[in-house]
Amino acid sequence: MRPLSEEELSEMVRSAQGPMVVRGGGTRAVGRPVAGEVLETRGLSGITLYEPGALTLVVQAGTPLAEVEAVLAKEGQRLPFEPMDMRALLGREGAPTVGGMVAANASGPRRVQAGACRDSLIGVRFVDGSGVIVKNGGRVMKNVTGYDLVKLMAGSWGTLGVLSECSFKLLPVPAAEATLVSAEVSPAEAVRLMSQALGTPFEVNGAARGADGRVALRIEGFAEQVSYRGAALRAALGGDWEVLERDASADLWRDIRDVRGFADQPGDVWRLSVRPSEAPDLVARAECPVVMDWGGGLIWALVAEGRDLRASLGAFKGYATLIRGSEATRAALPVFQPEAAPVAALAQGLRARFDPRGVLNPGLMG
Amino acid sequence: MEMPAPNPAILAKRDRVLARLEEFLPTEALISDEAERRAYECDALTAYRCVPMAVVLPSTTEEVARILRICHDERVPVVPRGSGTSLAGGALPTEDSIILGVARLRDVLEVDYADRIIRVQTGMTNLAVTGEVESDGFFYAPDPSSQLACAIAGNIAMNSGGAHCLKYGVTTNNLLGVTMVQMDGTVVELGGAHLDAAGYDLLGLICGSEGQLGVVTEATLRILPKPEGARPVLMGFDSSEVAGACVSDIIKAGVLPVAIEFMDRPCIRACEDFAKAGYPDCEALLIVEVEGSEAEIDEQLGLITQIARRHNPVELRESQSEEESKKIWLGRKSAFGAMGQINDYMCLDGTIPVSSLPFVLRRIGEMSKEFGLDVANVFHAGDGNMHPLILFDANKPGDLERCEAFGAEILKLCVEAGGCLTGEHGVGIEKRDLMAVQFAPEDLEAQMRVKDVFDPQWLLNPAKVFPLDVSAARRAA
Repeated sequence: MRPLSEEELSEMVRSAQGPMVVRGGGTRAVGRPVAGEVLETRGLSGITLYEPGALTLVVQAGTPLAEVEAVLAKEGQRLPFEPMDMRALLGREGAPTVGGMVAANASGPRRVQAGACRDSLIGVRFVDGSGVIVKNGGRVMKNVTGYDLVKLMAGSWGTLGVLSECSFKLLPVPAAEATLVSAEVSPAEAVRLMSQALGTPFEVNGAARGADGRVALRIEGFAEQVSYRGAALRAALGGDWEVLERDASADLWRDIRDVRGFADQPGDVWRLSVRPSEAPDLVARAECPVVMDWGGGLIWALVAEGRDLRASLGAFKGYATLIRGSEATRAALPVFQPEAAPVAALAQGLRARFDPRGVLNPGLMG
Repeated sequence: MEMPAPNPAILAKRDRVLARLEEFLPTEALISDEAERRAYECDALTAYRCVPMAVVLPSTTEEVARILRICHDERVPVVPRGSGTSLAGGALPTEDSIILGVARLRDVLEVDYADRIIRVQTGMTNLAVTGEVESDGFFYAPDPSSQLACAIAGNIAMNSGGAHCLKYGVTTNNLLGVTMVQMDGTVVELGGAHLDAAGYDLLGLICGSEGQLGVVTEATLRILPKPEGARPVLMGFDSSEVAGACVSDIIKAGVLPVAIEFMDRPCIRACEDFAKAGYPDCEALLIVEVEGSEAEIDEQLGLITQIARRHNPVELRESQSEEESKKIWLGRKSAFGAMGQINDYMCLDGTIPVSSLPFVLRRIGEMSKEFGLDVANVFHAGDGNMHPLILFDANKPGDLERCEAFGAEILKLCVEAGGCLTGEHGVGIEKRDLMAVQFAPEDLEAQMRVKDVFDPQWLLNPAKVFPLDVSAARRAA
């Protein structure tokens, strides 16, 4: 099924007889496998409104992300949260869409400073599981009118509603960027360096440790600002740092963002969101290759197929999500971190009210 | 403003409920005396008052849970209260409700500079959070103008903003985790010192839910390293259209000021008379502030003033000293006080798309004549959050009603222009009955379903946010 308008989408959901697999570009195949008729949103495409002077964009959910990024680039603007492209890691073809990105709350290295997708998302329109069209938020960045269902929709993986339109707060693309790269260091030393860097006033907006064990710290801004901050940061941290600029810097961060280091490696990939200071310990317990991002707050772990990583980690404050795994593994292990009983009850209650018939990606999130 | 009639069945239970609370609450945590209860009859929206049945001031999450379990059991409505600084009536009680204040929950639980977080009990004031980390070079970014008094609990309930949110975002962008007690006494932990949610973003849903989904007792907040420095530039223009175009050009040029404040002529004059900030006599004034090292500030302000010059400013003054910066901000920061000296005023809080600024200001000017009430505009121009101040005389019969009618028309205009009813103050009771202007019945229904999940009996702050007729069936059930 491929609706061409929000009304058609609403009608298709309303008349659904069984489970539907909600799909944008099909490039973020995450979650417990769902069987059902495919409902594809790519027919809902196009930019509804773009006001560069107000830093706002309203776009239909099925619009290819690449199209949006090209339009923004012409005005020297961008989505602040640097959404990950999962195609290489998951071995998928296709074009990522705006709706898919929002449904996954996809956020990249800049998350640590500019916030997640959910932080830049200022409005949504969606069709709930009964086929009712709902709007929430709007196209202004300061809005506390009623409950914030915008946040609820971000990262709900199409299980509460099918997104039809999304509004974003944008940011200008800075004139320059530079990345400081260290020698290979241990996870503990990496977290120490990244925390120290993120604690300076130099607005570090990327802090990662690649699969090669080298720490990368990114600064963006006006040209002179970047060179000043780079020098100040090096002075504050001490030690030897290689400096990457322009494309070399951009390429490094694209590889971190998309976890390219694990793309061609066999095995399952887990994504952990943790308290940065607890990261070294968790990495030690995981005993596997890792990429660390968000100053240590995000850990990508490459493990043997079918291994239950959570079992080795024990209890920790944060969560682990199985991002890449065979269908059998994703059916056998909870893909999303099981939540405490009262929280799970709230989630279940929301699902029951937004999709009472259980037709939208049922079971995908567990 | 209508409030639901008190339920006699609940009023009749008062003694029993109080007795159950007395069993475990220390004497100072339970206020039943009428004179003392009166202190809680309103928040900063003082036009509406009602003395609650009782006031409880717990000092632990466990006490909050026990209080809520009893109220849930007895079906007594509970109105959570931070510091009572809401301008929207968010903490206005009803006669048959109990006020649950967080004022005694004031501990700092943890500060961690490596992870850049602070965990506090939510009765702590906004400014005290920054005060806790300031000497170590950090700050908590959301800075509502009531920050000296307002509590973190209220900031979370209303998703408070401030003057610097163009760069740093509002509360929801700086809140990492909460401990929250649901109406039935269940304690939930959402988020923590890590980023984003394992499943649904319930933390994002809680923030801005106006105390209707739970009572937040502890919060983990993101703290940021203080910038090296900051400096404002002041610009005067001879029309608000030109000032608006200048804001748009600054943003398009790729500079991201930390704040862009706008004031119109009536506001400029009042502030100047009050604070002697040296503001020019002109139609529109912008204060643009940037951050960084001295050289970085020079680079950014150079670009900004270059853009401003293209719009023929009648005044363009880059602050040359710390003292001058303070003076420039003093005028803006005293806007509300200055207005208060002239008259009674009502402060609105709609947001509009920045591009609609000239149109909206022109219409407000026309409506001001129609209603025969003066308006002064002060405005977070970078994000479109307007604060029109309508001047009226509370002693003049009919003036308050006329002022409210005018205010409602301005908010409708904001929605019409593509904006919303409230940018940072919240709906409370003040904008409750205007919600249908912005939302279709299905939109409101979707929001009310969320409350059904968290508080099925609609006991927490029940008469707020949603128009009374729309929520009537749920409240009565």
